[in-house]
Amino acid sequence: MTIEATRDSVVTEPKGFRSLPKHEPSAAPTIHPVWVRVTHWINAVAMLVMIGSGWEIYNASPLFPFTFPSSITLGGWLAGALLWHFAAMWVLAVNGLVYLLLGLLTGRFRRKLLPIRPGEVIADARAALGGRLAHDDLSVYNAVQKLLYLGVIISGIVIVASGLSIWKPVQLQELTALFGGYDTARFVHFFAMAAIVGFLVIHVVMAFVVPKSLRAMIIGR
Amino acid sequence: MPRLRKPIPGVDPKLLIKDAAKLLPDPTRRLFLRGGASLGALAFLSGCDIIDGPSAEKALMHISYFNDRAQAWLFNPNRLAPTYPESAITRPFPFNAYYPISDVPEVDGADYALEVGGLVDDKKTWTLAELYALPEETQITRHICVEGWSAIGKWSGVRLAEFLRRVGADTRAKYVWFRCAEGYSTSIDMATALHPQTQMTFKFDGEILPAKYGFPMKVRIPTKLGFKNPKHVMEMAVINNWNPGYWEEQGYNWFSGS
Repeated sequence: MTIEATRDSVVTEPKGFRSLPKHEPSAAPTIHPVWVRVTHWINAVAMLVMIGSGWEIYNASPLFPFTFPSSITLGGWLAGALLWHFAAMWVLAVNGLVYLLLGLLTGRFRRKLLPIRPGEVIADARAALGGRLAHDDLSVYNAVQKLLYLGVIISGIVIVASGLSIWKPVQLQELTALFGGYDTARFVHFFAMAAIVGFLVIHVVMAFVVPKSLRAMIIGR
Repeated sequence: MPRLRKPIPGVDPKLLIKDAAKLLPDPTRRLFLRGGASLGALAFLSGCDIIDGPSAEKALMHISYFNDRAQAWLFNPNRLAPTYPESAITRPFPFNAYYPISDVPEVDGADYALEVGGLVDDKKTWTLAELYALPEETQITRHICVEGWSAIGKWSGVRLAEFLRRVGADTRAKYVWFRCAEGYSTSIDMATALHPQTQMTFKFDGEILPAKYGFPMKVRIPTKLGFKNPKHVMEMAVINNWNPGYWEEQGYNWFSGS
């Protein structure tokens, strides 16, 4: 007890000067709260299962003149892929709902993703392509990040809604009609997948370019 | 790519036969998760045998049974499948089966006698003449294949609910099971069997059902995927025991509602 008291008196800061308590290095500011990290990694696994099995399902009736090599699909054949797809959909949907609710209720989406100004997006995109965009402060997103994160959240909503409309074109026929009917909804579902996969490629590359961002998504800071 | 299927129906039957052959249950596919090396497996689960062991298959089947219950809950018995004008009918309507068109079962209409069994009062067999005399309804609805493609067709016949009433079926039973000429079988939930658009079909596009579409009788269920719409039906039974069907035993979801 006496030692604790002595230490406290030693590290007392001058009045009006606020900094992190020096005896508690673990109190570094949290960039990603635990709910963000947990939902992020659950989503990552669910998305990969949905994409891999979705490609195998696509191969049973391709929309375009190509199929996905079976070495990168999940499920082995159509029935196996459907089992994976309709299992992982629950994880994706429930986890996604939790993420959206917490993002809206805690104000994180508003704080982190808004506003997105076109001028800043263009300036930051130019800087990023020239390798001049700094990632010093991981707690603040640049305009390109804001656009991509908001874009992938919207793609996530579209892929779930279009998926539901393909799965239940009778019971949820209004939703299917909203996507322009069953056959069109399949294309919407495909393009939402393409958008998410495109995001994923940039996202993973950036995690390697800025490894501390990966660390922050694991340990929070 | 020669394997391209057109996105919108109008589908080349030759390609469909190829696909049907592709879907033949292959013994090597029986354990359908084996060899399913994947993005997910590579990225996260490599080294973990849960990805392709029988345990994963079992877990996935349990989730599939959960999905049966979820879909039964979602099924609204009064919700009708959308119907379409004559102009929307897909011509030619695709032939699709797990056998090539040259192997379509040929059933002799003259000898045909539909067997009706299980929990029904009247187990007499039904000739085609008797079946054709039942009140006829016509629907133009969308057939959706488990593979993803869809096609709009016109089917005529009697409501299965009306037929079940006439044979005194116990509609508190859980399932109606169908057996087909070539050995195919499937079963449906009673709620779907009683749905107003579930039809014992004798005509396609105003003509007696051709062999390739299921002569002499198919069961048309626009609230379920195509493989739940049996063709060449020889026998039906009202049952309470679990008897899922041909494709369902290969791993396709049993309820498969639309």
